[in-house]
Amino acid sequence: MSLVSGSADLTPPVRVGMTRVRSEPSSAGVEDYFALLKPRVMSLVVFTALVGLTVAPGHLHPVLGFASLLCIAIGAGAAGALNMWYDADIDAVMTRTAGRPIPSGRVAPGEALAFGMTLAAGSVAVLGLVANWLAAGFLAFTIFFYVVVYTVWLKRSTALNIVIGGAAGAFPPMIGWAAATGGVGLESVLLFLIIFFWTPPHFWALALCRADDYARAGVPMLPVVAGCAETRRQILIYSLVLVPIGAAPWLLGYAGLAYGAIAIVAGTLMAALAWRLKNAGEGRDAAQLAKRLFAYSILYLFLLFAVLLIENRLGVLFASGST
Amino acid sequence: MDDKDSDDGIVLTEEQKRRRRARSIAIALSLGALVLLFYIVTIVKLGPGVLNRPL
Repeated sequence: MSLVSGSADLTPPVRVGMTRVRSEPSSAGVEDYFALLKPRVMSLVVFTALVGLTVAPGHLHPVLGFASLLCIAIGAGAAGALNMWYDADIDAVMTRTAGRPIPSGRVAPGEALAFGMTLAAGSVAVLGLVANWLAAGFLAFTIFFYVVVYTVWLKRSTALNIVIGGAAGAFPPMIGWAAATGGVGLESVLLFLIIFFWTPPHFWALALCRADDYARAGVPMLPVVAGCAETRRQILIYSLVLVPIGAAPWLLGYAGLAYGAIAIVAGTLMAALAWRLKNAGEGRDAAQLAKRLFAYSILYLFLLFAVLLIENRLGVLFASGST
Repeated sequence: MDDKDSDDGIVLTEEQKRRRRARSIAIALSLGALVLLFYIVTIVKLGPGVLNRPL
């Protein structure tokens, strides 16, 4: 991994026309490499993986649990770095991403590729040694899915890119569960489904605000391909599907009443916001509503997983207190 | 690189030297943290068994 100055530039992405071939010493700071890890996405991955790991039956030593979460976080960061390496051409023409380390020229493409590959291999290997090889296999598949299936294939070829590609973001609770139990449970699949059906309305709400950006970059996001009205309709459909799926852990007896109540209320609010967005038409109000839905969707997911975590911890606390 | 690419090689600016130093420190800290993590994980996974080996 060439993090030192004076290192030769490695191969830039083949399709990329914008990336410069850099011959001067690296001017990348530590913060640039940190940015390659997509820390905000990583925080969501860590949190959902933590919930999967915690609510799983059985006991994992806290140190091993921490190490497993660290591996999952680094694996997610590696996937982010590889995504930025491949998407540097797209990032360069989008306002939101033009300042990222590669398009801005602070990190050479080859350095980002080496950084991402090293972290990916290391995180998978260490997770296998610390927890088990099923969890490590899950992590490896997640990185592969995000980088190859989503970034390389789907993102540039179909409007369903984030529907199918959203699976990559939905795997972390299953990885956490697998790290704790060595298996796959129905409850972990439910957690997967919640994030899977949450991703399209969450991401399309953002895409509605950035449709011009995506069109300029040639990315076939739904608002670009099918228009904003169809996107708002799809957001509503997925939000409506999300309500029962969000409440499923309670309906199937895996979560308590508090979770069930919050999942139904929060899910209904999300569907109501999506309904308002669908009927908002075009203009500034619609853009504001899309931004509000985007922000609320983050709160919704956080709330669901946080309540699940709290209920589980309280249950453990009361169970140990009653014995 | 203007006149920096002399026969003596590439001459770094002060800013590049500062960033290289920051990167070096970050790598050193990361490796140190990894060593510590592997040590603790080994103790946790093996416990007293870490000393139990045929001589």
